[in-house]
Amino acid sequence: MIDRATKPALNKMFRFQWEKAQNSYVLLYPEGMIQLNGPAGEILALVDGERTVDLIIGELQEKFPDAGELDSDVLEFMQEANTQGWISL
Amino acid sequence: MIDAMSASPCNGSPSQPNLGGSTPKAHGQPLWLLAELTYKCPLQCPYCSNPLDFSDFGGELTTQQWLDLFQQGRELGAVQLGFSGGEPLVRQDLIELIGGAHEMGYYTNLITSGVGLNERKMAEFHKAGLDHIQVSFQASDESVNNMLAGSKKAFEQKLKMAREVKAQGYPMVLNFVTHRHNIDRIDRIIELCVELEADYVELATCQYYGWAFENVEQLLPTRAQLEHAEAVTNQYRKKLAAEGNPIKLIFVTPDYYEERPKGCMNGWGQVFLTVTPDGKALPCHSARMLPIEFPNVKEMSLQQIWDQSPGFNYFRGDDWMKEPCRSCDEKDKDFGGCHCQAYMLTGDMHNADPVCGKSPHHDKIVTARNRAEEVVNRPDEFVYRNERNSRVFAKG
Repeated sequence: MIDRATKPALNKMFRFQWEKAQNSYVLLYPEGMIQLNGPAGEILALVDGERTVDLIIGELQEKFPDAGELDSDVLEFMQEANTQGWISL
Repeated sequence: MIDAMSASPCNGSPSQPNLGGSTPKAHGQPLWLLAELTYKCPLQCPYCSNPLDFSDFGGELTTQQWLDLFQQGRELGAVQLGFSGGEPLVRQDLIELIGGAHEMGYYTNLITSGVGLNERKMAEFHKAGLDHIQVSFQASDESVNNMLAGSKKAFEQKLKMAREVKAQGYPMVLNFVTHRHNIDRIDRIIELCVELEADYVELATCQYYGWAFENVEQLLPTRAQLEHAEAVTNQYRKKLAAEGNPIKLIFVTPDYYEERPKGCMNGWGQVFLTVTPDGKALPCHSARMLPIEFPNVKEMSLQQIWDQSPGFNYFRGDDWMKEPCRSCDEKDKDFGGCHCQAYMLTGDMHNADPVCGKSPHHDKIVTARNRAEEVVNRPDEFVYRNERNSRVFAKG
């Protein structure tokens, strides 16, 4: 269970950036690239080691008012990103 | 780690509308740009993939020519940039190239032997925006490493630099080229990598191109050696995972022990673009050996080269295929395998890669495997990659 007060940070192995050529956010790492889908990119764009999980969900909720309740989707993605080693919680 | 790039779903879709020129062929974006900055190198590894006649090619691209090229690559979608060689550290302008590429938004990789590197340079490169340093090793112990690198001080220097890479906070990939002289000590290689806190380890069984093809007899391991090494690697994977160690071990098998060829470069002119020190653009770093006229970046834009040049379109699609590839239901998976291997072993680059069990030339591979059972290890028989030996090949 993720503590909503925790401040997730990108693992230093990865660099996160917008790629015009892919029209998406990507994670770059030594000699490789992970292309992120829309929601994953939007979430990781807010992962900076400063914002809490709670704050990230709030900002996304505000940015996408028509998306409905985002809590479970965001928490699920963060769990997965943590397992993949992209972020640390 | 090429696979991670190929997982990108954008592969196979055209990057640009075709603007005429040679026949339109479906292709992806050159996501991976490999800049072979120089053929100069202080080491003499007998498995180097550089061309045998490298001493024949002069006229390295200037700083500005490289930077222009990086900019053009970026516009075509390139995102990974590798600085390679030879030994890229030999280039006095490396820091400018790193800085320029970083500003353009590349993820920059320095692929080095570590020879010629020091703490000060490493810190400067970091400041200029270098993202990652890959250090290549020849073996886990000093004597074999030095024997293979043709240098006495190399191993000690590599260890020191690998420790420094981590100390400065870079992600680190260690690359060990394995072959019959070092593969039995893969346990020690892995332990060394664990001790050095590598993030990724490439245990790459030698592929037989360039100098390695000349030395195949003294490099190709036996099947038993290979199976042992793979089993040991799997044991370590389990053990390290159980200990919570995040290190990733990547074991690359030599295609000489496969019955189907590798899908070379994820397809010809689909993901990779290599530029040689003198500006030749190639779909893979070995392709210079093929009887194809490849364009030079001094004479053509990268966009023209990638989208329209006959060289890059040559093996796109499957019109070029002969049997057994043409009617093969796996042709979309391996694209007929490696054209350089077909060329080296059969004399015709349009043939199926002889690694394939369906190839009428597969006996060449089987003969090499059988030979590996008989060969006596004679490291004194290596043809070392150096200027003197290269001139022999250049003048033929």
